[in-house]
Amino acid sequence: MAQVFTKSMARNIFYGGSAFFLLLFLVLTFDTTKALPDRDNRGAITPEVARGKLVWEQNDCVGCHTLLGEGAYFAPELGNVYQRFGNSKDAIMGFIKSRPKEGIPGRRSMPQFNFSDEELSAIAEFLIYSSKINTAGWPPNIQG
Amino acid sequence: MQYKSQAVAKPYFIAAIILFVAQILFGLIMGLQYVVGDFLFPEIPFNVARMVHTNTLIVWLLFGFMGATYYLVPEEAETELFAPWLAHLMFWIFLVATGATVAGYLLVPYATLAELTGNELFPTMGREFLEQPTITKIGIVIVALAFLFNVGMTVLKGRKTVVSLVLLIGLLGLALFFLFAFYVPDNLVLDKFFWWWVVHLWVEGVWELILGAILAFVLIKVTGVDREVIEKWLYVIIAMALITGLIGTGHHFFWIGTPEYWQWWGSIFSAMEPIPFFMMTVFAFNMVNRRRRNHPNRVATLWALGTAVMAFLGAGVWGFLHTLSPVNYYTHGSQITAAHGHMAFYGAYVMIVLTIISYAMPMLRGRTSANSNKSQVMEMWSFWLMTVSMVFITLFLTGAGILQVYLQRVSDNPQPFLAVQDQISLFYWLREAAGVVFLVGLVCYIASFFVGSREPEAVIEPSGSAA
Repeated sequence: MAQVFTKSMARNIFYGGSAFFLLLFLVLTFDTTKALPDRDNRGAITPEVARGKLVWEQNDCVGCHTLLGEGAYFAPELGNVYQRFGNSKDAIMGFIKSRPKEGIPGRRSMPQFNFSDEELSAIAEFLIYSSKINTAGWPPNIQG
Repeated sequence: MQYKSQAVAKPYFIAAIILFVAQILFGLIMGLQYVVGDFLFPEIPFNVARMVHTNTLIVWLLFGFMGATYYLVPEEAETELFAPWLAHLMFWIFLVATGATVAGYLLVPYATLAELTGNELFPTMGREFLEQPTITKIGIVIVALAFLFNVGMTVLKGRKTVVSLVLLIGLLGLALFFLFAFYVPDNLVLDKFFWWWVVHLWVEGVWELILGAILAFVLIKVTGVDREVIEKWLYVIIAMALITGLIGTGHHFFWIGTPEYWQWWGSIFSAMEPIPFFMMTVFAFNMVNRRRRNHPNRVATLWALGTAVMAFLGAGVWGFLHTLSPVNYYTHGSQITAAHGHMAFYGAYVMIVLTIISYAMPMLRGRTSANSNKSQVMEMWSFWLMTVSMVFITLFLTGAGILQVYLQRVSDNPQPFLAVQDQISLFYWLREAAGVVFLVGLVCYIASFFVGSREPEAVIEPSGSAA
């Protein structure tokens, strides 16, 4: 860096550049929140779906699975599990319910969470709501 | 050590290293669970091991950042720390909170931990990296506020340098953006959108300021290059970090329900995110080449150069690999992401904390400027073992990721997730083997604190060129 480029110029680029792009980021954020109602399936968020999200969180499901591609990469994507299970809520609930307590020898297995019927229904409803968010065509296919 | 109160950094560094060990042990457990699915099941399920692995990482880096700050701010401000007692108190609060939280993860099911800590009253648990009980999160905020107050007061009463100013802005941003950890709406898209305000704006935003400031401090010390030159570089690097990184957040907004225009904003700006990391590499090597003195702590210089190179590779190159939206469409949420995450965290943040520990710890332990040659050689072994094994971990995960993406998402007959996992297990075994080598490197690292500690300090050979 030649002498013509001084420290105070560098400082101004830092403050000016950061402030400008922070502002731009806030503008884009604002615009996103305006656009979301048409995309995020918020109409489907019933008290049961909200309850299901809490069950999802309080059992750290994201510690093994991804949801819309975010989370851990140890277990299948669940953003489209509803479609993968043939649009069947019962199939989702049945799967979670039937996990063996002691696992499967040598293989990965989901723990048995001993959910109540209400919890099972709530978490399935949460996954159904999630599966209808407009994700710009992701994932590429049904396998997630 | 020029100021007595710099000594408060020492317990922070020790706690950081202990948690680092825990992080690696749980990493090895997870790595094994990838191939031996029922390992430790159901006692330590994968998600629990993962919480311990990621949370101890974050917390030990925070311990490292705080230790670094307590060490360098008095020296930069040319005054004693405002309140050393407060720093000691916060250390214990943070350590006890960390220990209790990790014990909670391991001893009771996560749902029970949520119940015990009253999560339903103020739900913040169960989101990736932010799994801590709400009460722990409140504790983190209190510790951060007390820390910022202490450091801010110190800077205010002393000399104000660019290094301490940049560090302070970074730390302030860290505390500020953490507050979004308390915003957990029922709407999944909003939840995810603002979750990234913690995660992305930390690691690809304000943490880069902290990284830059610590690196600049160490380079000033070990090279003796004029502060004016280094500060100018620092400004340009962090300017580029924020100019690219803020809008670069958009690369997380491709597929989570957010508008499609983020595919343009996110791709273009995050494609430029490697620039500040590249500049950092040029900067570090330039300063070392133009050094005005040879510092006897050669291993600290090695860590500083290593940080610059590995941060560029891990955060810059491996980030770029999958950041363009047409590529990310296929790689999103695959082992490619894991590969990038490992090398980026190691290269940028693990290595910068190990750099400042390497530089400061000899003084904190009573040396005048460096450890003995024997100790430094041991530490260099740990540098190469950990760094090279992390390169291999990254390469194996990348291999796993490419195959996973092809078999599951690209080929004519896409296969189910678990069927694909079976077919790529060779890469997971290799990753685990590389992880064991990393552990050997970590053992060497710990050993370097004990080996040769009774031998005389290393000195500069008059004709030798260090580093």
